[in-house]
Amino acid sequence: MRFSLAVIPLVLFAALAGVFLLNIDKDSSVVPSVLIDKPTPEFSLPPLPGRENGLSRADLIKGEVSVLNVFASWCIPCRAEHPMIKRLSKEAGVAVFGLNYKEKDPQDGVKWLAELGDPYKAVGMDLSGRTGIDFGVYGVPETFIIDGNGQIRYKHVGPVTADVLKTVLLPKIAELKG
Amino acid sequence: MTKRFLVLIAGLGLLLPILASTPALAVNPDEMLSNPVLEKRARDISQELRCLVCQNQSIDDSDAELARDLRILVRERLIAGDDNEEVIEYIVARYGDYVLLNPPLKPETYILWASPAVLAILALLAVFAFYRRKQREATGTTASLSRDEQERLDEILGTPKDNGQS
Repeated sequence: MRFSLAVIPLVLFAALAGVFLLNIDKDSSVVPSVLIDKPTPEFSLPPLPGRENGLSRADLIKGEVSVLNVFASWCIPCRAEHPMIKRLSKEAGVAVFGLNYKEKDPQDGVKWLAELGDPYKAVGMDLSGRTGIDFGVYGVPETFIIDGNGQIRYKHVGPVTADVLKTVLLPKIAELKG
Repeated sequence: MTKRFLVLIAGLGLLLPILASTPALAVNPDEMLSNPVLEKRARDISQELRCLVCQNQSIDDSDAELARDLRILVRERLIAGDDNEEVIEYIVARYGDYVLLNPPLKPETYILWASPAVLAILALLAVFAFYRRKQREATGTTASLSRDEQERLDEILGTPKDNGQS
């Protein structure tokens, strides 16, 4: 009796330590998206100034796996991840679309892409941020993988690093392409 | 006299900024609705919704850009005729239960909601068991002294031998 009571704190400590250990690598600021395995929201965004095509839901339900990358010129991590988005559009063999999120000036996105290069098949301009909200965006950059039926299958929050590209995004895309 | 007066003035001068300051409001006047009833509802709803950028503030408290957008969205939904529940559902459909500062009661959260009650009951049981045992010890149900121990005790205390056992 006495012995078993004495063991309780030890067991509790071990259990708690176990929980912490399992969660040590998790980033608590990443909130899992509720939109995973749900259809992409209905939206239709105008093009960047001087361009022909905007972006709408129709672009994402063409029967092919695609990627939607949410970026903004004011977002420093977006600049950091941009080379990886370029690599993604080259290596993944899928259409990569851009959602230009909440620019102060519509020209900002144009200048940014002119400076850093444009890997996107089409870019929609979301000045109000409403489409972003419909996609549950809470921190740019965010990257969605969308399957051929237009279902959101994966979301990466934060900059895409070389590691994320190689170990998460590319395998996920390959898996969805089947 | 004048010196004391000066000290008083200086003291008040130091206090004044503290007394005059009010908590900073994240909600800007240009966001507010002219209808006070709707505005009050918007404030109530906003206080229930977590700002996902800062996470431990409600969108009503937060100065984050996204919080501002969501506050405006909440007000738009109210004007469109949504009731409070519908507005909250609208946001939850996009950001998940995580935006709710009060977690909802559903199968995934039963453990969360039940744990305080379960822990309280366990604690009460532990306290109860502790006192039960103490009481049992006091009423003498614990092992009594062996004959040798009793004799030795009697010897030390100098008690007469014949009525040793109690």
